[in-house]
This record gives sequence, C-alpha cells and structure tokens, in this order.
Amino acid sequence: MTTPGDGAVELDGLVKRYGTATAVDGLSFSAARGAVTALLGPNGAGKTTTIEICEGFRRADAGTVRVLGLDPVADARALKPRVGVMPQSGGVPGTTKAAEFLRLVASFHATPLDPAALLARLGLTEHARTPFRRMSGGQQQRLSLAVAVVGRPELVFLDEPSTGLDPQARHATWELIEELRAAGVSVVLTTHNMEEAERLADQVVIVDHGKVVAEGSPQELTGAERQLRFRARPGLGLEELLSALPAGSAAKESPAGHYLIEADVSPELLATVTAWCASHGVMTEDLRIERRTLEDVFLELTGRELRS
Amino acid sequence: MTTTPAATPAAARPALDLSPAPGAVPLPRMILSQAGYEFRAVVRNGEQLLLTLIIPVVLLTLFGATSLLDLGSGRRVDFLAPGILALAVMSTAFTGQAIGTGFERRYGVLKRLGATPLPRGGLIAAKTLSVVAVEILQAAVVCAVALALGWHPHGDPVSVIVLLLLGTAAFSGFGLLMAGTLRAEATLATANLVYILLLAVGGVVFPLDKFPGAVRDVLELLPISALADGLRQVLQHGAAFPGKPLLVLAVWAAAGLALAARFFRWE
Repeated sequence: MTTPGDGAVELDGLVKRYGTATAVDGLSFSAARGAVTALLGPNGAGKTTTIEICEGFRRADAGTVRVLGLDPVADARALKPRVGVMPQSGGVPGTTKAAEFLRLVASFHATPLDPAALLARLGLTEHARTPFRRMSGGQQQRLSLAVAVVGRPELVFLDEPSTGLDPQARHATWELIEELRAAGVSVVLTTHNMEEAERLADQVVIVDHGKVVAEGSPQELTGAERQLRFRARPGLGLEELLSALPAGSAAKESPAGHYLIEADVSPELLATVTAWCASHGVMTEDLRIERRTLEDVFLELTGRELRS
Repeated sequence: MTTTPAATPAAARPALDLSPAPGAVPLPRMILSQAGYEFRAVVRNGEQLLLTLIIPVVLLTLFGATSLLDLGSGRRVDFLAPGILALAVMSTAFTGQAIGTGFERRYGVLKRLGATPLPRGGLIAAKTLSVVAVEILQAAVVCAVALALGWHPHGDPVSVIVLLLLGTAAFSGFGLLMAGTLRAEATLATANLVYILLLAVGGVVFPLDKFPGAVRDVLELLPISALADGLRQVLQHGAAFPGKPLLVLAVWAAAGLALAARFFRWE
C-alpha cells in the first residue's frame, strides 16, 4: 500500500488547453512506486499531453503534478537523471548511428548500463551502426526505449512503447518492461492496446476526453464476471431464453448469429442454456465462457470502441 | 552467422542490472561529450563540409591564383585571406548552425536531449564549443592554402582572436534565432540565401570600394563586412584592435544573442 503523496507520479485536477480545445480536463491519478501504470485510451484522449506534463515538456493550465515528489519544471535539474523518457517517435538526428546516440546519452549518466549489452538485449546489435533514418519504425522504437533506460532511472515514461512493433519486437519490449518492474523501477506507459495493458500493468487508468473514466488493476476493472458467447443460426428467441435465466441476466445477438449472454455464469446456467438450445433444435458452435476484457470495459464506459 | 532471428533464450541473454542507480556526471563532462558528438556530426556531413571548407578554399584558390577579379592594389592573397576567414566563421557559426539546429528542433532532437541530464545551457555551450573547434579546423586549412599562395600576414594575433570570437558570437546569435523561430525548411532556405548575399555584398572577395559611397556606408555595417574589414586591417595593414569593426560586431553579437535568448523555442 502507498500512502497519498508517496507515489512515483501524483496528478491532481490536471487541466491543459490548446486554444479552445481542452486536451486534459481535470485528470487525477496516482502511479505507485515500483509498479507499472498504464494510461489506456483511444488516440486523442489526452494521454501524451498528460505524460509530457509529467516529463516537464509542458506546463499544466491548472492542477498539481508531483513526479518522485518533485515539480517537473521547477526541479528539472534534480529530476532528469532519475527519470527516463521514451517519446512517441523521433528525437534522434537522421544521420546519427544507433549506438552513437545511445553512447552519448549513456555518457551523461554516472553509472549507465553498457550500451552494447542493451542493444544486444533489444535485438539491435546488427543495427548498431545504422543511421537512425535508415532504421525501421520498430527498430527506432526499440532504440528509443534503450535511450530511456540506459541511465538506470528510478522512473520511466514510455509513450506508446510497442506501437508499430512486430510481434517478436513487442515481446522483447514487454519482457524488458517486466524486468524493469522486477528491478524496482516505476513505469508509466501509455497505450491503446488493451492486451498490453492487461499483460503489463499493475494499475490501469482508463482515459477518455482528457478525464479518468475508470482505474484499478486489470482484475478489478474486468471484474469477476464472466460471460457466455456462442454462435448459432440467427434469430433465436432471446426473450424466451432470458425467462429461463436468473434475474439480472442479459442476452443479445450482435452481429446476426453471434450471441452474448451476460450473467452470473455457473454450471447451472450453462446447463440451462444448452438445454434450452437442445429443446429448440439449435446447434451451437464456438461456445465459450470468458472474462470481460478491458476492451469491453471501455466500450461499456464510453459507448465507443477503444481502437476507433 | 545465423539468418534466423529466433527469440533469444532467457539463459543466453546478456545480464542487465536494471535496478535504479540514477546520477549525472559533472556538467563540464556532459558538455564535452555533447560537443564531441556535434563536432563529429559536422565533420561527417558532406553538405556541411562543402559549405565550411570546400567553398572557402575554392574561392581563395580561384581568385588568389588568377586575376579573374580586380582586387585593387596590393597582393591578391593578402586581400583575400582575411575575407575568406570571415566567410569561414559565417558558414559555421551562422549557416551551418542555423540549419543543423533548425532540423534538430523539427525532428524533436532538442526535446529528446531536453529529457536527459544535459541542461539547455549546457547544450548551447556544447554547440558553441563545437563551432569553435570547426572554426579552428577551417582556419588551419584556409591559412595553409593562403600561405601556399604566398600570403604574408602580420599584425596582432590577440586582435585577430577577439575579432573571430565576436564574429562567432554575432553569427551564432542570429543562427540560433533563426533555428529557434522559423520552420526548418524556411531556415534552410533563408540561411543559404543570407550566406550567398553576404558573400556577395559583404566585402568577402569583392572589395566594398567598388560600391557607390552611400551603399558602401550601409554595407560596412553588416557583420560579415565588419569581420572581413577588421581582419584585413589587422592582418593586411598591421593594425591592432580596429575600433569600428569591433564596435559593429559587438552590437550585432549583443542583439543576436539577446533576441535568440528571448525568442528561441525548443520545439
């Protein structure tokens, strides 16, 4: 448990406007030390603006920001060596070679990681002498992650760390993030990938339109509730099925032929549904019981798809 | 060499101690490190070398060894060498620095470096050190070529150094002002245009006394003219601390640095 004010990042009532547009609209959360906190939300939700305020690149119009207990702008000199930053893209001159830039940033730090070992770890050894502009998007992303962690920071901000990565590179990135956490580093990342949030995060902060719409561990957010899905011929009489199920259950067909039963899924419930299908001569396919996903939670809270 | 990029098994992975151990090296070490990086980037960049070394050497050799241009009385190379030194300072401190920094800003490099322990003042100090190092390299090459062409410099070396440093400050101020306020493409175009214009009307290779009197009075107030004229007064005519050129350069330096400090935007 962390006490209030003791988190790696503490935001309270953060507001940021660009002209008439409000990018961040009274956002508050606390990211615990030594944990992975994911800001999850669609593009344009205000995630990057929020993280850039934490990094000291932007000033909030209202609200308070504490990073490792300090002010990101006023205490910048003290904070920079302790905080690693991975921006969403770019930041390296096109003609600079991967290893050259990583060594430069390492040289600013007192006890950095070995740049060559870090490149090897992220699968970039073969590209150590490749100019930045000739690297693929995924290679650039991994170099950027390396630059963020080379100084052995206490806290890292990762803005969309796995966007544009192929599955193998994503796996390497996720493993490194898990090891950072195991080593006691606090991680704050943004993502619109719910799988990434579910796999990595101790705490998920769901952001939409510049506001926190929900927060908690992935388990807390998706809840203990299960749901039942199956496919069958379209147009089943769901009203009749529902009358056989416990009160509070819900059933819907969307799209045609795809059925979802939201209920307290128990062995009895499963038996009831299959018995009802049998009595109506309905053959089910792909019958499965699953937990809600963060995607479902987001849809429920905002009425929109996360990836839209 | 393996061709299959198979995932590295956990046991074969190099061990990395990721546990936090933050800390910055002392500021002078950061500045030296960044300056070395910037210097290598300039020296490796073909377009920059064209601007900083090849054009000055070609102009010096072309007009020094031939009589294509009427340079007035006196030895041709004695007139040309100080002008070419002034051009070299402008090409590095102004044109090269404006374009390089403009694109660094555009591509988020300044922002990225802003997230490291290197403070902004340290970055500017590193850029200045790198500019001075490139200028020393340029001066060595230009002087060697000029001496080979029979140049006989004289005068006070301290005056020469003060003129070169004030010129560097003036051109750096305006180079950074441009890089920190205009779009990168606009900086690229404008910095090159200014370079060519000042090369043409700044008394670098074309003597200012070929211009009508009133025009000349104005042109003499340009930083490039002040630097070229000041260097000529010392190296060609043996003067020490030429007053008017030093004053003109000091005003440009103060104005440029003040404007850059006030208006430079980091992203």
